[in-house]
Amino acid sequence: MSLKYALSDTLVMTGRVMRQVVRSLDTVITVLLMPVAMLLAMNYVLGGAMDLGGIKTADYMLSGIIMICVLSGVSYTAYRLHVDVQKGIFERFHSLPVAKSSILGGHVLTSVASNAVSVVAIVLVGLLIGFRPEAGLFGWLLVILVILLFIVAMTWISVFFGLVAKSVETVGVFAYLLLGLTFTSSAFAPPDTMPAALAAFAKYQPMTPIADSMRLLLLGGPAGNSLVIALAWCFVIAAVFWLLSVKAYGRRQR
Amino acid sequence: MSEAIRVLGLRKSFKTQTVLDDVCFTVADGEVFALLGSNGAGKTTLIKILTTLLRADGGSAAVCGYDVAKQGRRVRESISLTGQSTAVDDILSGRENLIMMAKLRHLSDPKSEAERQLAQFGLTDAANKPLSAYSGGMRRRLDLAMSMIGSPQVVFLDEPTTGLDPQGRLAVWETIRAMGKSGVTVFLTTQYLEEADSLADRIAILHNGSIVAQGLAAELKRLAPPPKLVFSFLEEGDMAQASGVLAAYDVKSEALTLTVTTDGSVGQTTEILSQLEGAGIVATFAQKPPTLEEAFLTIIREGQHEPQVCVK
Repeated sequence: MSLKYALSDTLVMTGRVMRQVVRSLDTVITVLLMPVAMLLAMNYVLGGAMDLGGIKTADYMLSGIIMICVLSGVSYTAYRLHVDVQKGIFERFHSLPVAKSSILGGHVLTSVASNAVSVVAIVLVGLLIGFRPEAGLFGWLLVILVILLFIVAMTWISVFFGLVAKSVETVGVFAYLLLGLTFTSSAFAPPDTMPAALAAFAKYQPMTPIADSMRLLLLGGPAGNSLVIALAWCFVIAAVFWLLSVKAYGRRQR
Repeated sequence: MSEAIRVLGLRKSFKTQTVLDDVCFTVADGEVFALLGSNGAGKTTLIKILTTLLRADGGSAAVCGYDVAKQGRRVRESISLTGQSTAVDDILSGRENLIMMAKLRHLSDPKSEAERQLAQFGLTDAANKPLSAYSGGMRRRLDLAMSMIGSPQVVFLDEPTTGLDPQGRLAVWETIRAMGKSGVTVFLTTQYLEEADSLADRIAILHNGSIVAQGLAAELKRLAPPPKLVFSFLEEGDMAQASGVLAAYDVKSEALTLTVTTDGSVGQTTEILSQLEGAGIVATFAQKPPTLEEAFLTIIREGQHEPQVCVK
């Protein structure tokens, strides 16, 4: 019986947060239009001037654009969660006979679902401007796995920061740090072309294997080590921030 | 009469600060009970413990006969909480907010329950509007309607009128009175004595984490100083003259009125009146009963109370 409630409560909570996503126009605009605009700019403005080792700009950068899209998406996850905490909506839910797991669960499911939809949209725009993936079915399944795990990992980071943020102004800071991490990875340029110190940093930070594995798989090749390392990073990040979030969540209740 | 809430020796500290210190009281079934206290008195902490959001450090509390620490789920099935900030979802309409609550209470027909509460709280016309179109008072009413979904036995309202304009406050008062009449037990906190006085059957005053007084509003007033005499004058000259005549008393003057503190006895009142009459001063007078505020301040300031001793 409690499992039944846990499921139905989570669905109600997800429905609620989903409505918030769909009905807030600025979320849709920021999450979709910003990465699309970047994709167009990278491809048509900078693309001609860039030498990416024979790989077409769209083919090289799509994985990075997907990551940017997810990061701007999860910054809204953190924001929505933070507003719920601030407005006392969590307290109201806690005073109801609902399954506790459904409250964060609704935010997490919404985040995963809405980000997945935006990633599909980005890929479609990519196809329109000349992105030509060569991955087979198995390759695509692996790409989907990487993207989903990446979304889950970034979502738990955002849940944690949504819970601990002191104000609406600071709730999105983590996303900018992660954006910075993405721009200093291999997502938009091969690390070999960077200054030595930056190249070394790029090589060993998580965003590089995540971007590399997605790109290699989409281009039809095996992703080798980068795939394993990417999955491991995502898994570890998700696990650590899940634990931290559950702890931060519990602390709110004492 | 059975008890809706029983609190026995409740204690809670945050780090080194004691917030609740041996708090005891009971609330009868169907009663409207006001917990009165200034900011930081511990009201919200107490409500959080009673609604299972916080754990107490010591003592016990039961709501509808269920222990808040051990039977949390049972308690949550019997109560609702309306917190200090209006916990409504801005992106949803009024109706959607209510349907969501009904679903979370696992009711069999969420839609008709939502309609019932919309009608009850006079929100049917605004049901489909986004909450951005609601006034502060309407948002609070929706908030209260959400707390009535599924007919809880005890409703907790934490400072329900804080932040409302006078009109909104009156509307919320009406709503709370109607809730009280419907037979539900209402536990509300407030900083306004006027509010407690006008809504509650019984009042407890929480100060620095202890209940310093509790009883009927009238009982609490009895602890307060006696009524004052207020004289109104038509001319400054009369007032100045009266001030001289009444120099022996504790007199406060303000814009053509004098307020005289007396011991409330017939003798003293007659004496004051005849002195003014003797001096030929033109004035009207009224008796000003002590407000709950004055009662509250007297109780706290003069420490005429023993901290409530729990009967265990």
